[in-house]
Amino acid sequence: MSATLPITLTVNGESVSADVAPRVPLVDFLRETLGLTGTHLGCAHGVCGACTVRVDGAAVRGCLMLAVQADGATVETVEGVSDSGEIADLQDAFHRHNALQCGFCTAGMLMTAAELLDAGGPPPERAEIREHISGNYCRCTGYQSIVDAVEEVAQARAADKGGQA
Amino acid sequence: MKTNAFAYQRPDTAEEAVRLAAEGGDGARFIAGGQSLLAALNFRLDEPEALIDISRIATLRGIERRENRLLIGALTRHAEVAASPEVARDLPLIARAMREVAHPAIRNRGTFGGSLALADPAAEMPACALALDAVMHVLSPEGRRQVPAAEFFCGMYETALEPGELLTGVEIPLPEPGARHGFSELARRHGDYAMAGLAMMLGPRSGGVPSWARVAFFGLSDCPARSAAAEAAILSGARPEDCAAKACEEIEVFGDLNADEATKRHYAEVMLRRELTRLANDEERTA
Ligand SMILES: Cc1cc2nc3c(=O)[nH]c(=O)nc-3n(C[C@H](O)[C@H](O)[C@H](O)COP(=O)(O)OP(=O)(O)OC[C@H]3O[C@@H](n4cnc5c(N)ncnc54)[C@H](O)[C@@H]3O)c2cc1C
Ligand code: FES
Ligand code: FES
Repeated sequence: MSATLPITLTVNGESVSADVAPRVPLVDFLRETLGLTGTHLGCAHGVCGACTVRVDGAAVRGCLMLAVQADGATVETVEGVSDSGEIADLQDAFHRHNALQCGFCTAGMLMTAAELLDAGGPPPERAEIREHISGNYCRCTGYQSIVDAVEEVAQARAADKGGQA
Repeated sequence: MKTNAFAYQRPDTAEEAVRLAAEGGDGARFIAGGQSLLAALNFRLDEPEALIDISRIATLRGIERRENRLLIGALTRHAEVAASPEVARDLPLIARAMREVAHPAIRNRGTFGGSLALADPAAEMPACALALDAVMHVLSPEGRRQVPAAEFFCGMYETALEPGELLTGVEIPLPEPGARHGFSELARRHGDYAMAGLAMMLGPRSGGVPSWARVAFFGLSDCPARSAAAEAAILSGARPEDCAAKACEEIEVFGDLNADEATKRHYAEVMLRRELTRLANDEERTA
């Protein structure tokens, strides 16, 4: 019953194979088995968003998915999108706007905001940004500076696109 | 806290899933999006012996038009329902309500069928299913059966599903042209479960009144509930405030941590009055 199951998945571009017990959540597998501790575990029931990672291109809760369910999937964590430079502009904006203090929520905030910024269409309004990050708790910043940072990147990326067109 | 240890099975077909559930008996649970189940297991509110992962059964996922009905597969994710052009065009009530279901990362995994099978009393989709007269498609080793939404929700987290029965999809009749929807929800924070909510459909007007009305409330009681008294008042041509006064006439309202019974009744009345007034004003403007 506690037997392990073999899984193979791609994490931040690298293929990973492991034997895991079914009850291990994806966030624990990433942190404890793979040592990718950028993703955090807060509430363990979907409410705080600290564990948010990308699975097959979509932001999901690492605490509400089992590692065995990620068999065959492509997983990206904050380490992966940092190394690739994909969210360098967003990280820079977080830094400049003081959009992090203790940093506990930051990985989840970045992964969540990145999904909104990738959605296409006109740059999101502040209300839309707030709605999109409504599932991510930050106990330090008061959110204002986070919304500032995301808004700035959204507008900068839209301006870039306009310039290229 | 962590879940207990359990076995894990991932069938490829619905038939195999119900066979495994029958074998597993009391200790087996289906896992779809896992957005409610795993939260419960992480707190050991439930300690199953086996999880049957139905999330990769491809035939149970997707949205399909069948004549004047839309069939939404049980495993269609909330995000997919929200992004569907068919749903936006033909079932705007669901498109509207989906915006209030949880947060984006949860909508990326949570499923339409999971929401209905779970039957949280404060959830949006069960009330929409009532307002739209949806029909649930159910599979067990004994065969298939259909259950109308009106007979599906029986109580707090209780449905007409027998142990081991699988919800495979939901068939929703498309409202005729001229039908209108109303929706309203009060929650502490965007994406939270409702403190009180309203999902309703009104038939096309004939002789100044809607030809039919289905008014469903959620978050008030142990399960989503239609208000027959409010519907009758609407069909009689009563003014919005008089219809609203009937909102909770036959609904047993329960107070909770968010609001006591009297407050919830008040919310329900205000929601119904506002939505009926808004629809009446829209009508006047376009007349
Ligand atoms: C922080 C947070 C906020 C949320 N807010 C809301 C909200 O505002 N409104 C809302 O409606 N929901 C909300 N949810 C719940 C979310 O929508 C769930 O995804 C949904 O209710 C259940 O769907 P699921 O696919 O995740 O089901 P699971 O968690 O996999 O399963 C839930 C239950 O249903 C059973 N089940 C699932 N699918 C089937 C099936 N096809 N046949 C038979 N049984 C089945 C399972 O065995 C289990 O008992 C929230 C969740 C979280 C974590
Ligand atoms: S740890 Fe996953 S949402 Fe809080
Ligand atoms: S920076 Fe501390 S929780 Fe957000």
